Amino acid sequence: MCRRLLIACWAFLLLAAPALAQRPTGQSEFVPVNDLPPTEQIPAAALLVAGYAFIWVAVAFYLWTIWRRLNRVEADMRSLSQKTARR
Amino acid sequence: MRRAFVPMLLVAGLMLAYAPVMIAQGAYEQSMGLISKILYFHAPSGMLMLLSAIVCGVASALYLWRKSPAADRVAIASAELTALFGLIVIVTGPLWAKKAWGIWWDWEPRLTMSFVGWLISVSYLFVRKYAGPGSDKLGAALAVFGSVNVPFIYVSVNIWRTLHPKTTVVPTLPPGMRGPFWFSAATLFLLYLLLLTARIHLERQRATLDELYLAEED
Amino acid sequence: MFLQTALLVLRKDFAIEVKSREILYTTLLFALSCVLVFSIAFVKEGQPLEDAAAGILWIAVEFAGTLALGRTFERERYSETLRALLLAPASRAAIYVGKMLGIVLLLGVVELLLAPLVAILFHASLFAAPALLAALLAAGTVGFAVVGALFAAMLVRARSRDVMLPILLYPITIPVMIAGVRGTAALLQSPPDRPTVTMWIMILAAFDVVFLTLALWTFEPVMTE
Repeated sequence: MCRRLLIACWAFLLLAAPALAQRPTGQSEFVPVNDLPPTEQIPAAALLVAGYAFIWVAVAFYLWTIWRRLNRVEADMRSLSQKTARR
Repeated sequence: MRRAFVPMLLVAGLMLAYAPVMIAQGAYEQSMGLISKILYFHAPSGMLMLLSAIVCGVASALYLWRKSPAADRVAIASAELTALFGLIVIVTGPLWAKKAWGIWWDWEPRLTMSFVGWLISVSYLFVRKYAGPGSDKLGAALAVFGSVNVPFIYVSVNIWRTLHPKTTVVPTLPPGMRGPFWFSAATLFLLYLLLLTARIHLERQRATLDELYLAEED
Repeated sequence: MFLQTALLVLRKDFAIEVKSREILYTTLLFALSCVLVFSIAFVKEGQPLEDAAAGILWIAVEFAGTLALGRTFERERYSETLRALLLAPASRAAIYVGKMLGIVLLLGVVELLLAPLVAILFHASLFAAPALLAALLAAGTVGFAVVGALFAAMLVRARSRDVMLPILLYPITIPVMIAGVRGTAALLQSPPDRPTVTMWIMILAAFDVVFLTLALWTFEPVMTE
């Protein structure tokens, strides 16, 4: 099993090496953001909506963690009071 | 008081949902365009992060010198909120920066010190959780040192020539932007108070549970 | 009395260190290894990047200092002398200052060897204004040691103390590091930008005062356990 895994890793490395060694194409110079073609610019509305959505998600997530922890504590309190009541 | 929590939360949620409507109707800022509307959430979140850090520092100082357990509860709650609002600032800021400055991030004074402040609040939470015995005092000392950072963050944009807008922007907003701005600020502040209350309530319940355990052992 | 106690603690640590030189040697070697690792990142085609020396010097001091701090208090904990120190009829703040001065001295010796080395290895004219460099390093080291000694002392009885020290120390000391690196970078200009360096030294001195005051206030309530 180990041997096969090792052979697979080596095979991958040998095959992938030529592909990884190629230089990436793309712009090599600094282009000011307003001169970029419109397809490469991120639309402002998307960023704005993403920011607003993040706030909702963050606040909701935090509220959920508080709620979850509170439930755990209250469950512990209930089981503890049941134990002492039984005594 | 406790019964008011859920209704208040609904009110805050509705306000947050209504905010974009006000923002869309707000004045359009010519120089930066649509993306500058992130200001309405980014700046209040920043203010709340700094406020929360100061509250944490003061509460920690009270805990260290007066040994008040209530102060410790406020400290840990406000540390979590510093981390939360700090995260909001650090995410919404680059979203704005990408359009306004062409880059996601720059290591200039305000951004660097805000990031450091956020890291300190996260370290505080780590210390409280993982450092074992004495972690409450340790965290309190850390919070006191960290709160010294806050004035630096605020004035850094006024002292050094930076990319980030100066603190004079908010007091001198044009009339069309004031309404939406202060509405968003009020919404976020209400949320901050509600989350703080909820978190302190959790700590208080934990303290009661600990007392019950101790009483049971006796 | 306060100063006497502090100097007594300093003499004790100095005496132990002179005998074994353990912390000094290990810290020095670690700083050298740091410099070596940085050379891989910051040297391009045999030429070091401009002003890289400033950052390298300060980061090597910070990393080596963290190690030294950990070792110093670990030694106290291991030989159980910490309780003896705390039981002594001396002001705890004085003990803290003594420990802090020990760290400053140790890091001073490390910097004495590290600065010329960095200047040579990275072709940096660090010694164009040696008095300013000394003042900059002194102010920065004191700032780092003040915060470091406090947190290291507090962490002695904590869990996972080795990983907690950097987590606590690095964010708080970032202003000191920034001031140190910027000051050193100004020093590396040809000719050295003296007014800027002096400004950063002043800022570092301000940090030192603020941090020392806070540390002296918080040491007592935190160590009473």
